Amino acid sequence: MEQEELIKVDSLVLSYENMTVIKDLSFDVKSGDYLCIVGENGSGKSTLVRSLLSLKKPVGGTISFGGGLRRSEIGYLPQQTGAQQDFPANVGEVVISGCLNHMGLRPFYTERERRLAAENMERLGISDLKKRCYRELSGGQQQRVLLARALCATKKLLLLDEPVSGLDPIVTAEMYDLIKGINQGGVTVIMVTHDIAAAVQQASHILCLRHDSWFYGSTQEFLADSSSDFMRGGAENG
Amino acid sequence: MADVVYAFINTPILLRALLVGILVSLCAALLGVSLVLKRYSMIGDGLSHVGFGALAVAAVMNWAPMAVAVPVVVAAAFLLLRISGSSRIRGDSAIALISTGALALGVMAVSVSGMNSDLDSYLFGSILAISESDVVISVVLAVLVLVLFVFFYTKIFAITFDENFAKATGTKAGMYNMLIALLTALTIVIGMRMMGSMLISSLIIFPALCSMRVFKSFRAVTICSAVISVVTFVAGMVISYEFGTPSGASIVCVNIACFAVFSAVGCIMRRNRA
Repeated sequence: MEQEELIKVDSLVLSYENMTVIKDLSFDVKSGDYLCIVGENGSGKSTLVRSLLSLKKPVGGTISFGGGLRRSEIGYLPQQTGAQQDFPANVGEVVISGCLNHMGLRPFYTERERRLAAENMERLGISDLKKRCYRELSGGQQQRVLLARALCATKKLLLLDEPVSGLDPIVTAEMYDLIKGINQGGVTVIMVTHDIAAAVQQASHILCLRHDSWFYGSTQEFLADSSSDFMRGGAENG
Repeated sequence: MADVVYAFINTPILLRALLVGILVSLCAALLGVSLVLKRYSMIGDGLSHVGFGALAVAAVMNWAPMAVAVPVVVAAAFLLLRISGSSRIRGDSAIALISTGALALGVMAVSVSGMNSDLDSYLFGSILAISESDVVISVVLAVLVLVLFVFFYTKIFAITFDENFAKATGTKAGMYNMLIALLTALTIVIGMRMMGSMLISSLIIFPALCSMRVFKSFRAVTICSAVISVVTFVAGMVISYEFGTPSGASIVCVNIACFAVFSAVGCIMRRNRA
């Protein structure tokens, strides 16, 4: 199948609190890709995510969407904030709220949304948690719930912001498997992560942000690229 | 009990108070769930003080109280929302600044005009303050709040639970935040005459906190808040009538008792599960 271009980023300039964090960034994401965005703290990962979601205006350059992808159709898994720690909501309510983006002004969910929510809960193995309170779940279960919500919002593109932070190694591995499975099911994935080793193992493409430059290419190109050495362990280079 | 019911039905003032009060309690409880969860409880408190200032100034200048208070409080609501939303200014201290400032202006206006007897009724509420025209305005506003809340319930849930996700998937979170602020401002202005500006925010906070002790889904918490709010209001009114206590304070006291009961039930439920 011919790969469609879903996102094209062209000479993007982004700033954070009036400091330029990303300069002249260009890359594209094609349907079926699994792109990992890696980089140090403060290299502009979160700012890039916010502008991909149209939550932040770029200072320069453009982000364009193709392949029938609309801006509001990105399934987003936000970083855990802890803001929802004492929030009374059950899993069903959280998951179905992902359907809002294709409802327009229609006030209530219909059978279609309920079915979509049920399918995605089934897909992530959380159907039996439907009536449970979100705040009483474990970290891994909470991430599955938010992932199901994100899947309700999209058929094409998932944007995951540090999906495994705070999870233990076993749950982390399960989470990576789930994401890989979703990608193989035809959903394009963009994942922001600190975990270079996992990125190299999982992704088809890597975008590595540094304070003064960036690298974009397939995972093989990334491994061959000498500038990636320091990310894999600067000790080799002294 | 029968004679209490009889008295309420046959006294127009009581009946009016009951009608307005039930509607206001419902509105306050529904909005309260969202406000408490968004950590905006202080906005309700700040708005009621601004409302007091506006009412006092309106009374002194002989303007129609509602016509002054509604736009002033709505404007204050948008201002407070902006302040809370921006990370640069310390939101809580800015709210305290505005609310105590408005309170002081109101007290000055009232004392200069020598209407100190009214001060008490503004601060602590009085069902006698509710005129027939107030009833009409209150009913219209309250119905508006209820209809808008029900219509936008799913969106309000989404922006309350996770504003970033809602924004990213195309829900106009800013607009719905303004809607919540607008509805809150209206509810506070309507409820202030009866509850008093010192106590009106309790109508917003208590029912939500009570039901959050026990219930675990947003829908259950919302419905339970509405029920608690109406029940405690009616109970408070009956106590107020029977013992001659101020209506606002009586209602808050019933709410305190209710909170104690719900906390206890919540504790027992948690212990039983563990």
